[in-house]
This record gives sequence, structure tokens and C-alpha cells, in this order.
Amino acid sequence: MAIGGSESLETIDARVVARHGLTEAEYAVLQSRLGRAPNLVELGIISVMWSEHCSYKSSRVHLKKLPTTGQAVLQGPGENAGAVDIGDGLAAVFKIESHNHPSFIEPYQGAATGVGGILRDIFTMGARPIALLDSLRFGPLNDEKNRYLLERVVAGIAGYGNCIGVPTVGGEVVFHELYSSNPLVNVFCLGIAPKDRLFLGKASGVGNPVMYVGSRTGRDGIHGATMASEEFSDGSSAKRPMVQVGDPFTEKLLLEACLELMSQDLIVGIQDMGAAGLTSSSCEMAGRGGTGIDIDVSLVPTRETGMSAYEIMLSESQERMLLVAKPGSEEAVGTIFAKWELEAAVIGRVTDTGRLVVRDRGRVVAELPVGLLTDDAPKYERPLAPPKFLEQLQGLSVEGLPTLSSYDQALLTLLALPTIANKSWIYDQYDHMVGTNTVVLPGSDAAVVRIRGTSTALAMSVDGNSRYCMLNPYVGGMIAVAEACRNVVASGAQPIGATDCLNFGNPERPEVMWQFAMVIEGMAEACRALGVPIVSGNVSFYNETNGLGIYPTPVVGVVGKMPIDRVTTQWFKGDGDAVVLLGETKEELGGSEYLASILHREQGLPPELDLDAEKNLYGCCIELMASGLVRSAHDCSDGGLAVALAECCLAPVARTGATIDVANPVGIRRDAVLFGESQSRMIVSARPELAWRVLDTAARWGVPAVQVGRTGGNRLQIAIDSEMTIDVAIDEAAKAWSEGLPSGLKGT
Amino acid sequence: MKVAVIVFPGSNCDRDCLDVVRDVVGASVQPVWHRDTSLPPVDLVILPGGFSYGDYLRTGALAASSPVMNAVRAHADRGGLVLGICNGFQILIEAGLLPGALLRNASLRFVCRVVGVRVERTDTPFTTRYVAGQILALPIAHADGAYWANPQTLRQLRDEGRVIFRYAALHGGSEAEVNPNGSIDGIAGICNQTRNILGLMPHPERASETRLGGQDGLALFQSAVDSLCGA
Repeated sequence: MAIGGSESLETIDARVVARHGLTEAEYAVLQSRLGRAPNLVELGIISVMWSEHCSYKSSRVHLKKLPTTGQAVLQGPGENAGAVDIGDGLAAVFKIESHNHPSFIEPYQGAATGVGGILRDIFTMGARPIALLDSLRFGPLNDEKNRYLLERVVAGIAGYGNCIGVPTVGGEVVFHELYSSNPLVNVFCLGIAPKDRLFLGKASGVGNPVMYVGSRTGRDGIHGATMASEEFSDGSSAKRPMVQVGDPFTEKLLLEACLELMSQDLIVGIQDMGAAGLTSSSCEMAGRGGTGIDIDVSLVPTRETGMSAYEIMLSESQERMLLVAKPGSEEAVGTIFAKWELEAAVIGRVTDTGRLVVRDRGRVVAELPVGLLTDDAPKYERPLAPPKFLEQLQGLSVEGLPTLSSYDQALLTLLALPTIANKSWIYDQYDHMVGTNTVVLPGSDAAVVRIRGTSTALAMSVDGNSRYCMLNPYVGGMIAVAEACRNVVASGAQPIGATDCLNFGNPERPEVMWQFAMVIEGMAEACRALGVPIVSGNVSFYNETNGLGIYPTPVVGVVGKMPIDRVTTQWFKGDGDAVVLLGETKEELGGSEYLASILHREQGLPPELDLDAEKNLYGCCIELMASGLVRSAHDCSDGGLAVALAECCLAPVARTGATIDVANPVGIRRDAVLFGESQSRMIVSARPELAWRVLDTAARWGVPAVQVGRTGGNRLQIAIDSEMTIDVAIDEAAKAWSEGLPSGLKGT
Repeated sequence: MKVAVIVFPGSNCDRDCLDVVRDVVGASVQPVWHRDTSLPPVDLVILPGGFSYGDYLRTGALAASSPVMNAVRAHADRGGLVLGICNGFQILIEAGLLPGALLRNASLRFVCRVVGVRVERTDTPFTTRYVAGQILALPIAHADGAYWANPQTLRQLRDEGRVIFRYAALHGGSEAEVNPNGSIDGIAGICNQTRNILGLMPHPERASETRLGGQDGLALFQSAVDSLCGA
């Protein structure tokens, strides 16, 4: 067949191929598989489908190691989002995704369209989104550029999420120098759908109409996926036109129109046009359906005139969907979208050819085998090598560390670190209550939403400690899973599923690829041991600028389920309660926030994680909460025991002090007792007369437990072996913690 | 009591209002699409919060011209109750059913948190179940909530007892917490001269269940029920 189109007239030389991000070897493979040279439209299609972002070509061989199945799993990775059975005939549909590269170039729109993209992934499955969480990484706030990025990213998330009316209920933010030129914006979304009505991105039924719905197509975001698969240099701000522009109002209309559509029996498959737009949605739908697809770009509603086939196929204009309708239901689909003032057009048919055929006014301008674009895209087993600096960094002599004369100031300094400090400056800008389901407002270990019409609540947390991953990616990967699970458990829920966003540097560097492989191994082991399958996820490579990459940063989102009566928060609930520490405190300062921020060393080995101990801790906590024995629960993470105790005291409304005396039988360093980040620990509080039952329950689970003090008063006093080591007024701690982020944003 | 909740393109608290009125208040309620030119027979019309028309042009400006608004105006003229919450308040102002304007928050940022709100008047159909001077804990969630009116209007509102809610200190909060958006005279909600139209920025529907942190907003809906039952 003759391939026409004016674009085919441009000669495809090495320069054009390189501009499309394909290597010479990849281009050679393409030519031999195709048996001819591609034309420009085809090269454009291939280049986005073979980009790292769409093809997962460097990560696929490793991702296979993650456990993805389980009794409750209804949909694992490979679809728009994963889904887990939560009972009552309902499914929780969730996924986390990155929008790092666009957010660095244009933070407001980059973050906003990140929210828009993940929302579409969820409602494409037929689920109404009910919660958003964000995991963000920025450079230190003493740099004006970083303050600008934080302010605009937060405004972008708020601008999109608030308008569409999906509450942003939680998240995390970490500040570190290595994110200065590579901020991370990861967005998690969860929705609820009837479990027997999950919609998939599948093009089946030969002859069925392929319909384009939503917003019109413009020239924005062309080659966004390719951009997201490259490193940045100083000239990257010139890539601003590649960033898409979001319109949350249109997305709200699209959401309502799609859910109305899905409540009727009109479609066989639907997919969001996200990265690589019409190209990826059409190829992937045909790929999953084992079919072909034949579309004509002249039928696509456009917002500008004179758009070429190349531009229409590669545009990343937002708020669009591709769907395959049931025969004869085109008009009914059109009526629903007309009600919501959105476009709907039949642009082609499902075929049995196994080929993607793109036409322009009937004339074929591209014809490619679907397999070549999807499953048969290049896969690499890239070389792996541990970084040369690693052994040196891991070697930390604890004995050689200085000791402080007073730990009061260290505690206050840690509480004021933007990474640890009160985040209300951020979450006050997010509508975290719309939908009237938010049971636990932002600020506690996990966000909790109720599920209407049931007695169930879901808890969600997103976590990842990249310093641990840099120092030991295997252990860091395990801890990323465990910490997210532990936060969910602290709120009363049993973890039931997870999603991951893997943010790394350039995979062509063996050190980065080694970190990636090790993180996955660690995550896989923790997921298996803790019973949380990964049901969806996203990989973001090339987080490097001018050759400087980020720490390996896996972010894990965990969803847990509980009866709504079991909901627990981290804050002490009044005076006179017993404070019990569950878990064992070891001499573990390596990789800790204290070591980094107070002693200025990012060294050592991260804390150990014993997965059996971790699992027993969950069982113990959930039993304690189910039997109503504890009034608060909080995990010990960044900043260790002392920071966790302070956080328990700093309740949003009624703050309370605590008097603590920790025994130190083996005589570990005092700063390790106070600020070490030993894993598998939880601080719980209980009525004093019930404390023995808490200890009794812990003993049955084999969890070390000791009553360390009482709540009450207006000071936080922490003694070690009866010797006072920290004594601060709660007001003083509150001031440091509350002002940390706002004063950082003032550049002070 | 029969209630209609108007759904504009971009409304996002419509479902929350429907749920609260049906499940918590126990009244009969139905959604009404903005293109409808008439209302079903109802006692109370709620204009819900959200971002009608994406807040494009000005908040509430485009929705104020929706076909259904003529029917809402006629309903109010007949003495029917109208409640505008957040974006609904903005729409009532743009439609000329309430005076003044709602400007960008003094912070220039969207703000979502629970604030103190003092009940200034109990002589409206929406506030009979409250005690004058009572401080309510109600969530706000808006970027354009700074109430403004010219001096004559402001004097008239005060003289006629039409300032129904003002921001107030909740558990000894700071000045910024007392007036979260820079509203003139701390105004959080006002009514019309005949007192059957109420507009307020705080969200009573988000504070109607103890599970969600409090019930201080529920009495507003219950007051409306009482007024219709002649209680």
C-alpha cells in the first residue's frame, strides 16, 4: 500500500531520527521489522510508543518481580489503574503517577495536569474519584527557585483538584538539595466503582465504532512523553510549549459525562488520552483487544485549523478520551456528551488486521503493526553496577560521632525542618473536605475516607525515604512499603493493596539501574511478606539535570480497609493516659534525619527491617484498635522517638504534654534513643487502667512493649533511665513546628 | 420539606447537599439541571458550592445567567426559601438576589479549614435553632470569599439586621483565624430584606455529621424544616 501525506515528503535522516529520541540501533530494528523506512507520521508514532515513558523499556524486566496478585485483587497492572475488592460489591480503584518533568518546566500547569491525568485514569475505569494524595520533593527553601516551585506546584494541585471537587486528603513533602533541579510531583488517586462494572481499555468487536470524546485537540504537549524520557539541561525551559495546559472545568464535565455513560450499556472499552494522546490510546486499546484499529484524523475535533496528521496523533491536549462503542449506540453516546457540552465524534472502526491504520481524509498516512508499538517494543536489560561511593558512605562509625550537651534544641530544630514541620500551609490550600467523606483530616499518619452506604473506611498513605534508598536501595525499598503500610495500620486499617511511583535518574547509568533493580527486589520482598500486592504504578526515569541525578525515590501508596468505628489518629487524647512504645529501639542513626540535619552527615546504613517483626506489629496494633484498647497510635519515622512523641502532643485542637522515661538497658547512645529511626515501632496511648492489657496483647504477638510514661501537662519531658534529656514547653515545640514551613517560604 | 439542589456545570458540592438533606435531615430532595426553566414544587432551593463554569469570567457570573435562575428568582419572589452556599452565595450576588460582592481572599490563596462563625441573628428561617451569639465550627473552602459592600449597603445590612453570620474566634484563635479571607466587618453570611434568601461562604453541609467532625451546620437545615412545618 502506498503511504501518502505531505509529511512523508520530509527526508528522514539521522538528524530527524535523533530528534525523535530513537537510537541508531532502535531505528535499524524498526526498519527491519517494518521491511521499509517509516514516514514521518510513523516515526512520530514509534518515537512516543518506544519512549521510556510509554514502553517501560528499561524497567519491564525488573517490574515483573513485583507481586501483583492476591485474593482481593480485581485488576492488576497493565490497565489504566489497579482495583481491589473492598466488600459490599465495591472496588477501590487506585494508582499513583508522576508528573516530574512538566512540573519543573512549568510548575503550575505541570502539577495541575498531573492531577488531571491521574483522575482520568481512575474514572476511565468507571470509578468516581473520592481522594487525592500527593508526594512531593523539592530542593531547600533557602533557594528562591525552590520556593517558587513549591508555591506554584501547590497552587497547580489546588487549582485542579479543588475545581473538579475531588478532595486532596493527604500526602508528604520532603526537601533535599538533590531535588533542586529535579523536583518530584507524584499524585495518587483513589476512586470507588461497583466491582462488576469495571471498564477496561480494550478495543474489541470488529467493526465497532471508535469514538473520540471530550475536549478538542490542539497543538499543546506534542512530544511530552519523549520529553519525559530525557535528561534536562540548562536550555530545558525552552521546552515549556511541550507542557500541556489543564482545564479542570472541562475535566469535571468529562468525569460526569463518562460516569453517566458508564451507568448505561453503551460501550465496550474506554481509555484516557494521556501521554502520547491519540497514539497511545489507540495502540494500547488495540493491543489489549488483540485487534486492529483504523482511524481518520480529519474526523478528530480540533481547536485550531490546519493541524497535520502528525500533530493530531502526537498532541497531548488534556481532557480527552477514546472509547469503543457498542454497535448502534453512537447516537446515545453523543447525546450524553452534548448534555455536558463536550465533543463526541466517530473517528474510526475496530478491525481484525492487527494494524494501526491512520488516515487523513481517507488517505492512509501511517500503517504500523500494533504489536510493534506495544508488546514488541524494545526491552533492555541494562547493565547494573553499585555506585563506587557506596561502601564509603555506608561505613559510619557511630562511636566517632559528636554528642550534644543538650537535646532540647536538636528536637526543636528537627520539628522546624520543612520536611517534618506542620504542612498546613500546603493542605489549607487544598479542598480536603469536598465530598463529605473525609473522616481524618490531613496531618495524621494516614488519610481516612468513609465509603458511603457501607460501614467501611479506607486509609491511604504515600511514603518513600530516598536517603535510605541511596544508602541501601534494597532495605530502602522494603522500608518504603513498610512505612506506608505502618501509617495505614496506625489509623486502624489492614493494608490491602499498593501502588508505586518509581522516580530515578538516567537508566543508562549502571549505578542508577542497579539502584532501581535493588529497590524493586526490596519492595517485592516486603510486599510479599506484608501481603500487599502492587496493582498499579508508574516509572519515571531521567530525573537528572546537567548530569546530576536524584536519590533513588520510590514512592509507595498503600490502601487499607477497616470498619469505620476503628478509625484511630496519632494525637494523644487527653491527660493521664498511659504511653506505650511498641517495638525495639536499636542504635540506628545511619541515614536518619538527625544525622543529616543536626550532625550534617548523610551516611551509614539505614535501619534494619525485620519483616516478621513488622507483620506482628500490624497484627498487634489492629487487635488493640479492634478491641478499643488504644486512644491514639503513631509510627516512629523521620526524627525517631522524640519527634514522634512531639507529634503525638501537637494535636490540631487540644494539645497535651507528656512525661516520658525510656529505659536503655543495653546502653545505646542517647541520641540514638531519641532520634534513631529504628523500624517497626509505634507509640500508642491508652487509659491507664487498660495499659496492662495493651502490654498483654503485645506480648501475645511477640511485640516488645513497654509503658514509657503518661500524657498530661504542658511540657514534653523525655528522660532516659530517669535522667532528663529533653524538656521543652509544648507551646515552644508547637511554635517551631508550626512556623517551620511558613518561615522557610519567606526565605528566612 | 421538599428541596431542590441546582446543578450547574462545575458544581461540586451538589451531591454533598443532596446526601445531607436526604440522609441526615431526612427531607425529600432532588437535583435540578441548570438548563431547566422551571422548578419542581419545592420549599427550599439550594445553590451548592463548587466552581460553576470553572469560575471563568468571575465566580458565579456565568451561572447567574443560567436558564434556571429565572425560576429561582420567581420562587424567591413567592416567598420560597433560597440557600446559597459558597459558590451558591457568589451566584446569588451575581444574580442580584443579594447585595455586595465577593472578592479574592486577602491571602490571595484558596483556604480550606474549619473556622469559628458567630450566629448574629436567629430571626431568619435558617437560624431559628441557633442561639444568638453562638459560635459554630464550620469549614470554609474558597479562593474568593472576601465579602465587600459599599458603605450605604453595609449600613443598610447592619440596620436591617441582615448580617446573619460573622467569622469569630474558635478556641482562642489568632486574628488571621478570626477573619480567614479579609471580609469587610468579618461578614460570613447575609440575607435579603424579606429574609428568605440566605447566602454564606461556610459549608454547613460539611458540618452535619459527628463522623465528619461536628454537627454545627445541621441546625441550619433543621431550622428551615421547622419554618415550613410552622414549628
